[in-house]
Amino acid sequence: MSEPIIKIEHVHKHFGHLKAVVDVSTEVQQGEVVVIIGPSGAGKSTLLRCINNLETIDGGRIVVDGVSITETPDINEVRAEIGMVFQLFNLFPHLTALENITLAQRVVRKRGREEAEATAREQLAKVGISEKWNSYPSQLSGGQQQRVAIARALAMDPKIMLFDEPTSALDPEMIKGVLDVMLDLARDGMTMVVVSHEMGFVRAAADRIIFMDNGSIVEETSPHGLFTAPKEDRTKLFLSQILRHE
Amino acid sequence: MTAEVQKARRGRALPIPWERIPWWLVILAIVGITVGWSVLTSEAYTKVIKFVAAGLKLTLQVTLISFGISLIVGLIFGLMRVSKNPVLYAVSTLYVEVMRGVPLLVIILYMGYVITPVIRDATGGRVDLQGIPAAVSGIAICYGAYLAEVYRSGIQSIERGQMEAARSLGMSYIQAMRHVILPQAIRRILPPLGNDFISMLKDSSLIAVIALPDLLQMGRLYVSRTFRAFEGYNTVALLYLVLTLFLSLMVRIVERRTAIE
Repeated sequence: MSEPIIKIEHVHKHFGHLKAVVDVSTEVQQGEVVVIIGPSGAGKSTLLRCINNLETIDGGRIVVDGVSITETPDINEVRAEIGMVFQLFNLFPHLTALENITLAQRVVRKRGREEAEATAREQLAKVGISEKWNSYPSQLSGGQQQRVAIARALAMDPKIMLFDEPTSALDPEMIKGVLDVMLDLARDGMTMVVVSHEMGFVRAAADRIIFMDNGSIVEETSPHGLFTAPKEDRTKLFLSQILRHE
Repeated sequence: MTAEVQKARRGRALPIPWERIPWWLVILAIVGITVGWSVLTSEAYTKVIKFVAAGLKLTLQVTLISFGISLIVGLIFGLMRVSKNPVLYAVSTLYVEVMRGVPLLVIILYMGYVITPVIRDATGGRVDLQGIPAAVSGIAICYGAYLAEVYRSGIQSIERGQMEAARSLGMSYIQAMRHVILPQAIRRILPPLGNDFISMLKDSSLIAVIALPDLLQMGRLYVSRTFRAFEGYNTVALLYLVLTLFLSLMVRIVERRTAIE
């Protein structure tokens, strides 16, 4: 197996007295799709946000594509290679969909207007909302906004994509469109770390599942292993709760 | 709504419901036209207006320059106020607290009679702030403190996710501020900025204390020469009101133009 693209070694993160992430170690290989599941407050999102240093870790080490994110002199360079999609989209409300996608390309990647716009249109087509290029975020539905947010991240040509509960703020009928885009990405070989409870996505795309509880990794398994034979009692209980209505 | 009410509405001459008419503007317009008519047709008032016209120009000039400078000063100190750097934060907080705590009148006197002579002596007379520069810098540093707080509140009102999204795309803090946070923050603070602009126009009348011939000073001069206090101060008050109403209108237009759809 080649050198992993993300190495997480004994990572700790606390907010005051609250220990959000406790001694977590794992690795993600190039092209792998890893889904992190677990009850709320388990530290899933915090761990994800530590990977691109949106949360600064209090202990341990995270190495992304050979660069230690706590020791690098230029974190922005590392972040430009890591796309991130947020639960609440976080589109820039004063910019149109197209401008949302071109902004970072122009200021960070130093691309010219034409090149940035061409890339933006290409990405908008990929996520299936080409016709909305001139709309402001407030004129788009939640699902459309999230797809613009994915296009915005992809336009930077990232090596890794992080998804922080990308569908949990969406109306049910909007979820499929976003998941389809994510499935396409996974098929194209993108390295993805996803915090999500969409079991459909887990079945269809995940290479590995990480189950977290109380800030630690309880179990790491394949999707098949998760659904057929979860090892830990905590995992079984969690699955029985979220799968009850499926 | 019943058919009868609808019929009654349609039958009415007013194109918009009465409660939506800007009554304050209507009243002001009626009073304004009446007063304006009597002023323009009376010789006593035209005399005053001609006399104070030069002061009007100075008032506008000082206000515009001071506001321009304080917008920049306020932005710089406002950014320092939200900075995580303890030195920048301490310096800006000190500035804001001191300048907010001293009356503008005192600051102007201080600029005119303390700072200006000190600088003149220190530079051997090469730098002389006497007059307009002293007045402008006094107003600008005082209002800079207020505007710094306005900017700070605007910046802090933008959701944290905006900064996170910008940083996650690889933008530096400064790039994120410039392209993502400030464009949104400034739209939000336009009403308080406009408010301070109008109040600065009025406060510029304080520069009369360092003997600058602004609108108020010219009015006082006229009154002391002619003993016509009634016409003199009426005119000064009216001219200030006309200017502030005009600014108020401008602020509204800018707000409407820059609103996010």
